[in-house]
Amino acid sequence: MTPKRKWAIAGTAAIIAVFGWMLYGGLDKNVVFFLTPKELLAKGTKGYDVPVRLGGQVRPGSVKWNDQTLELRFALTDGSSEVAVHSKGTPPQMFRDGMGVVLEGRYGRDSVFDATSLMVKHSNEYRAPKAGEKPQEMYRTLIKGSGS
Amino acid sequence: MNGLIGHGALLISVAVIVLGIGAGVMAGRLRTQDWINAVYSAVYTNFVLVTIATGAMVVALVTHDFSVSYVAQVGSRATPLFYTIISLWSALEGSILFWGWVLSLYAVVVVWANRRRAGALVPWSATALLGVSLFFAILLIGPANPFHLVYPVPTDGPGPNPLLQNHILMAVHPPLLYLGYVGMTVPFAFAVGAMLSGEIGSNDWIKLTHRWTLLSWGFLSAAIIAGMWWSYEVLGWGGYWAWDPVENASFMPWLTATAFLHSAIMQERRGMLRLWNVNLVVGTFVLTILGTFLTRSGIISSVHAFTTGTIGYFFLAFIALVLVASLGLVAGNSDRLGSVGHLDSAASRETVFLLNNLFLTVFMFTVLVGTLFPLVAEAIRGVKVSVGEPFFNRMSLPVVIVLVFLMGVGPALPWGRASRDELRRKLVPPAAGAALLLAIALAAGMRNAYALAVVALAGYSIVANAREIVIGMQARHEARGEAWGVALLRLASGNRRRFGGYLAHIGVFAVAIGIAASSSMRSDREATLKPGESITVAGRTLRLKSVWGREETQRSVVGATLEFVENGRVAGIIEPRMNFYPASQQPVPTPAVRSSLLGDVYVNLQAFRPDGSNVTVKVIYEPLVPWIWAGGLIVVLGAITSILPQRVRVTREADARQPATGARGALAGLHANVEAT
Repeated sequence: MTPKRKWAIAGTAAIIAVFGWMLYGGLDKNVVFFLTPKELLAKGTKGYDVPVRLGGQVRPGSVKWNDQTLELRFALTDGSSEVAVHSKGTPPQMFRDGMGVVLEGRYGRDSVFDATSLMVKHSNEYRAPKAGEKPQEMYRTLIKGSGS
Repeated sequence: MNGLIGHGALLISVAVIVLGIGAGVMAGRLRTQDWINAVYSAVYTNFVLVTIATGAMVVALVTHDFSVSYVAQVGSRATPLFYTIISLWSALEGSILFWGWVLSLYAVVVVWANRRRAGALVPWSATALLGVSLFFAILLIGPANPFHLVYPVPTDGPGPNPLLQNHILMAVHPPLLYLGYVGMTVPFAFAVGAMLSGEIGSNDWIKLTHRWTLLSWGFLSAAIIAGMWWSYEVLGWGGYWAWDPVENASFMPWLTATAFLHSAIMQERRGMLRLWNVNLVVGTFVLTILGTFLTRSGIISSVHAFTTGTIGYFFLAFIALVLVASLGLVAGNSDRLGSVGHLDSAASRETVFLLNNLFLTVFMFTVLVGTLFPLVAEAIRGVKVSVGEPFFNRMSLPVVIVLVFLMGVGPALPWGRASRDELRRKLVPPAAGAALLLAIALAAGMRNAYALAVVALAGYSIVANAREIVIGMQARHEARGEAWGVALLRLASGNRRRFGGYLAHIGVFAVAIGIAASSSMRSDREATLKPGESITVAGRTLRLKSVWGREETQRSVVGATLEFVENGRVAGIIEPRMNFYPASQQPVPTPAVRSSLLGDVYVNLQAFRPDGSNVTVKVIYEPLVPWIWAGGLIVVLGAITSILPQRVRVTREADARQPATGARGALAGLHANVEAT
C-alpha cells in the first residue's frame, strides 16, 4: 500500500466518521415523539416545552376561531384525556368537529399546547359526507349571495 | 367486460414472462439465435399484453364501468374527462398497473435498440427485465389487482383524491416520476446481464448503461422538480420541499444515479471503480423499490400513501431477493471487478469525481437514515417518532455546499495531473464570480450564512463551468475562424455528453440559488380583510376587491379577488381559491401566484365568512422561486443534450477538437480529453 493510498483511506475514514458523529447528534436532537393527549399528560413536567407531535380528534363544539387575531383554540381528545390547543394562523375552514388531526408544537407550562403546524389526517378512502354533515352549508350562502 | 379483458391479459402476461425467463436462461447458456429470439418475442408479447390491460383500464375509467373495482374506487361521473384519464395513477392498483406498463415499454425499447448487438449481454439483460416484470405482474394478479369484479355494480363512485384532481401538474409529475423510477430498472438489468454474461469487465456495458441512466435520470430530475412545483401550487403552504418520506424516496435514487453518471466516466476513461459502479447501479434500483415500498405499503403516512393490505410484504421479499441475487452475482464476478487504473495525482478531475461520489453517497445515507429511523424506532423501541426537518436541513446543508463547490472545481481540472500553474489559472479566476454573487446577495439583504455560502460557491462554479464552454468556443474561433455562435453549436454537437454536463451543472446552480434565496429571505403575513382593505408584504400591497362563489361540475369554488396596488393604481389582480369536493371532508386550496424573475407573490385563501363580509389571506413573498423551475428545465435540457446521438463527422470535427499548434497548444492539452463518447 502506497503512502498516498493510506492518506486517501484515512481522509475518507475521517469524513465518514465526522458524518456519523453529525448523524448521531442530529438524530438525537431532532427526533420528535408522536404522542396522544393521554401520553403527553402522563409525562408530567417532562412533557413541557419539548417539540412533540400530538395526534387526536377535535372535540366537537370546542372550536373557537377569532378572525381578527387569527387565533384558533380547540380541545384535542383521544377519548380519555384532553389537551387545550392554541394555534395561530390555521385555516379553520379545514376544520370539522371530530376530525383527526396531527399537531406539531410544544406543550406550555400554562397547560396549553401551542401548535406551530396542524395536519389533517387524510383518510385515503374518501367517503361521502354522512347524513347530517353538510359541508356545503358554509359556502352555499356565499354562492347565492354573489349571484354567480 | 373490461375487467375480464384486463385481468385475462395480465394472466397471460405472467405465463409469457415465465416462458421468456426460461428461454432467457437457455439463450444465455447456449447463445443460439433461436433462444435469443424467443426471449425478445416474450418481451414484445408482454408489452402488447400489458398495453391491452392498461388500455382496458383506461376504457373502463372513461366509460365509467363501475363493475371494475379500481373504477369504483377512483371514478366518478362528475369528474372531467381529463382527470378521469389521469386517475389511472391516482391510487395504488392503477399506479402499479401503470408501473408495469412503463416497465414493459422500457423493455421493448431496450431490446429493440440493441437487438443486433452480439454477445449474451442483451439476452441476459432482457431476462433480468422480464424478472422484474414478473414481480409486478404477480402484484397485478394478486395483492394489487385492479380488475376485481364489483357486484352489485354501483351507479357512481367517489372520484379520485381531490388533491390529485386539482392541478394540471398531476398529469405531468407522476408519469415523469414513473419514467424516471422505472427507468432505473434498465441500468440494473444491464448490470445483471453483464455479470451473467461475463462482460462486466468490458467498457461496452458501462457506456450503454451510462446512456440509459442519463435518460432515466433526466426523467427523474424533471419529476422531482415537477413534484416540488405541484406542492408549491396546490398545497397552499408556500413551500416546495419538506423532507417528506415520499420526497426522500424520489431523491435517494436520484443521488446515487447522479453519483453513477460521474463514476461511470471514471470507469470508461480510467478503468477505475468497477465494483463501485455495479454497487451504485444495484443500489439505485433497490432504492427505487424501497421508495415504492415506503410510499405504497401504507407504512408511512403521507399524501402519496395509499392504504393497503399485504403488498408491503411482497416488496420486502422482492428487495431481499434482489439484494441476495446481486450480492451473489458480484461475488461470482469479483475477479472481473478489480480496478485497472489508478490515481495519478490528487490534483486531478479523478479526485473530484471520487469526492463527488463520496459526498453524494453520504448525502443519500443521511436521507435514508432520517427516513427509516421512525420505522426502526417503532419496531425496536415501540415508540412513534418522526425525524424533523431541522435534522435534514442541518445534515444536508454542509454536503450541498461542498457539492456545489466540487461542481465548479471538477470541470476545471484535467484528467491525470494538473500542474501548479494550471491549477492557479483554472481555479483562481472563478473566485470573481463568487465575489460578485456574494456582493449581490448581501446587497439584497441576505444574511443567512449557509445561504450566502451556497450563493457564493454557486457563483464560483457558474463561472468555472461557463469558462469551460467559452474556452472551447475560443479554441474553435481561433483555430477555424468560426463565428462565436457557430463555434458554440459545433462545440455542443462535437461532444454532447460533456456539454450537456456543463449545462446540467448550470441548471443545478440556478436551483441552488433559488432555494437558498427563497428559503432564507421569505416574508409572510396573514390578515383578515374586509373588501377595500389592504395588506402589505415586502413592499407589495394587495387590496381585497371581492369575495365570490361559483359552482363547477365536480366541485364548488369560493374565491377572493385581490388587486395589486402600485402608486395608487391597480396593477393586476390575483385570485386565490378554495375548492369543495363533494366526496371530501376538507376543502382543497388553490393558492394564486404572481411570478416574476426576481420572486413570487403567493396568496392563499385561509378562511372566509360564509356571508362574504371578510376573508383571511396569507400573503408570502418568496424571492427567486422561479429560478428553481427554470434551473430544473436547464438540467433536463442538459440531460437531453447528453443523450442525443453523437453525430459522426470524423474528419473536420476530429481535427478541430485537437488544435495542435502555436498558442493553442495549452488548449489542446485541456481538450485532448474531449474524445467522442
